[in-house]
Amino acid sequence: MTASIHPSATPAAITVRGLRKSFGPVEVLKGIDMEAREGEVVSILGSSGSGKSTMLRCINMLETPDAGEITVAGETIKLAPAGAGRSRIADRKQVERIRSELGMVFQSFNLWSHKTVLENVMEAPLHVQKRSRAECQEEAEALLAKVGIADKRNHYPAHLSGGQQQRAAIARALAMRPKVMLFDEPTSALDPELVGEVLRVMRALAEEGRTMLVVTHEMGFARDVSSRVIFLHQGAIEEEGRPQDMFTNAKSERFRKFISG
Amino acid sequence: MTQPTILDLIGTGPNGWGIALAVATVMTILIASAGFVIGAVIGVFGAWAKVAGGPVTRSIAGFYTTVLRGIPDLLVIYLFYFGGSAVVTAIGKLSGAQGFIGFPGFLAGALAVGITSGAQQTEVFRGAFKAVPSGELEAAIACGMSRALRFRRILAPLTLRHAIPGMGNVWQVTLKESALVSVTGVVELLRQSQIGAGSTGLPFDFYIIAAAIYLAISSVSGGLLQFGEKRFTRGVRRG
Amino acid sequence: MDLPFLYETFLSLVAALPLTLQLASSAIMLGAFLALGLALCRLSGILPLDWFARTYIFAFRGTPLLVQIFLIYYGLGQFREVRQTIFWTVLRDPYWCAVIALMLNTAAYSAEIIRGGLLSVPFGQVEAARACGMSRFMTFRRITLPLAIRQALPGYSNDMISMVKATSLASIITIMEVTGVAAKIISETYRAIEVFIVAGAIYLAINFILTRLVAFAEYRLSPHLRQPAALPAISTGVAR
Repeated sequence: MTASIHPSATPAAITVRGLRKSFGPVEVLKGIDMEAREGEVVSILGSSGSGKSTMLRCINMLETPDAGEITVAGETIKLAPAGAGRSRIADRKQVERIRSELGMVFQSFNLWSHKTVLENVMEAPLHVQKRSRAECQEEAEALLAKVGIADKRNHYPAHLSGGQQQRAAIARALAMRPKVMLFDEPTSALDPELVGEVLRVMRALAEEGRTMLVVTHEMGFARDVSSRVIFLHQGAIEEEGRPQDMFTNAKSERFRKFISG
Repeated sequence: MTQPTILDLIGTGPNGWGIALAVATVMTILIASAGFVIGAVIGVFGAWAKVAGGPVTRSIAGFYTTVLRGIPDLLVIYLFYFGGSAVVTAIGKLSGAQGFIGFPGFLAGALAVGITSGAQQTEVFRGAFKAVPSGELEAAIACGMSRALRFRRILAPLTLRHAIPGMGNVWQVTLKESALVSVTGVVELLRQSQIGAGSTGLPFDFYIIAAAIYLAISSVSGGLLQFGEKRFTRGVRRG
Repeated sequence: MDLPFLYETFLSLVAALPLTLQLASSAIMLGAFLALGLALCRLSGILPLDWFARTYIFAFRGTPLLVQIFLIYYGLGQFREVRQTIFWTVLRDPYWCAVIALMLNTAAYSAEIIRGGLLSVPFGQVEAARACGMSRFMTFRRITLPLAIRQALPGYSNDMISMVKATSLASIITIMEVTGVAAKIISETYRAIEVFIVAGAIYLAINFILTRLVAFAEYRLSPHLRQPAALPAISTGVAR
């Protein structure tokens, strides 16, 4: 089934159709259609209140959409109506399984404070994906080395700087061998001098060919690293396209205003 | 003869224990109040000792609170009741009286309850004192208020304000502790229920009535305390 | 100071110590499960469960423990229906009645402590667990509950000390734990002060040890709150 927007042959990693979401009387997402292909790095930009985080969180069902269809790696998440125009998750096990194939990195890191960094990275592969302890540990140590904090592996999150915590969180997401990585404003809670180390790790991941959806305010990353940029305004996609097109020659007046100031 | 219902039991009819229970309830409140007041007095001194005392006074106060908070209240009651009796009997022997003189249960109970409550109230007052913003005290000193004036118009009211919630808790605890005084034979609510239960063979009914009465007293006191707290803490911004 | 008397008293009281400790530990452990259940009821968002838990907590915190003990030990026996069930062998026994009463009582107090602990778990960490695909139950078991316990431990330890003291009430329904034996000795010898000192010392010792144990548990469970130990330098990326 391939009525695709882009006439290329790479499969769609994530497809979103007709996504709607309201919080109380406020309609935050007004019908979003988007697609992320394998290997793409999609930056999602927009001012606060534009719905970009909500959209990302609907993809792994941390928020349940009111209407619309989310498809991850060809599998559509089943929703059931729940009265008053809302929906609910129809198959809990399906959502849990799909979540274990997605890796999410949060704005406030959300490392588990009672576990060491190494334990944090091993937790999901060990207990959700049920892989062997030896395998999980080996991979975890390799990932921590990859993001540059191998020497902190027996430390607790509280003893790490913000940048180190976020890199640990990225390692934790990578440990699940995800098909797609979701980043929810990963550098917004960091002191300016720590932002760089996290962006470097993210750039390395992009260069490996990972599929990434990144909600961000970092224009440099959006312009230089992503393969596509989506600009959200008040719950709808105002414009999308390649960064080289959008940053030099955007059609939308709002977007030009957004990147200039 | 049919079993009297609970309503019969609390009534004042021929099978009714209503009056006896009411009197016993008053006794409970009296013991608890007496204990609470004794405890408050001890608490003020204890807190003062801990806050403003020298090392010796502080350690005595510390010893007191540690001991009383670690020992079962029942033991303290036994101490006062049997110990008091022994003392009174000895005194009696000195003045020629014969035999055993019992120490009045009410007094033993109130003292025991007071001593244990005093340990708790020491901590309440100490915490309340610490919570008084030192800036307000400094302002009083800067105004040239004498120590007595400062205490009366600034320190005491502010400390009390912070102490009310803790005191409320201590009151609830003291109220429940008064039930232990029944072991001395004083006819407060629990003892009266025991008497009634034994007499009618309806222990469940009587103890449920007692429980309900305790709940009622506790709720009413709680309500009054909340009301008092609201009035007393006018103008205090809760952080 | 009548040392032989003190010594004898000490021996008699210490012989009763296991019973006190048994009562306290059974009540605490069973009560902990019940308290967890009550806390979950209150947090469940299901109104009837919340009401039930609130009423339970209100009733058990608002009435004296001794009344609760009497209700269970003496009161239940009033009903022929109860006497005829198989539970009667248990409900007739003062030890089990005491355990049940203590357990029900401690649950009412610790439920609020546990509820506070559960509420204190940072929601972000729960979200991260869900985002990894953990089921509700696994998230609760591996993330929420461990964090809640670490938060609730100090308050809970107060409750445990209260329980040890509360076991003394069992003496009133004929159980010969430490206070029961102490009362017997006092009533026989009228040497209240000396017996009080020995019995008091024993309870203080129990509390001291209990406090130390809890402090140790807190220490062991919270390495994440302490400064890290200085680690030897490890070169990164070395294959192990």
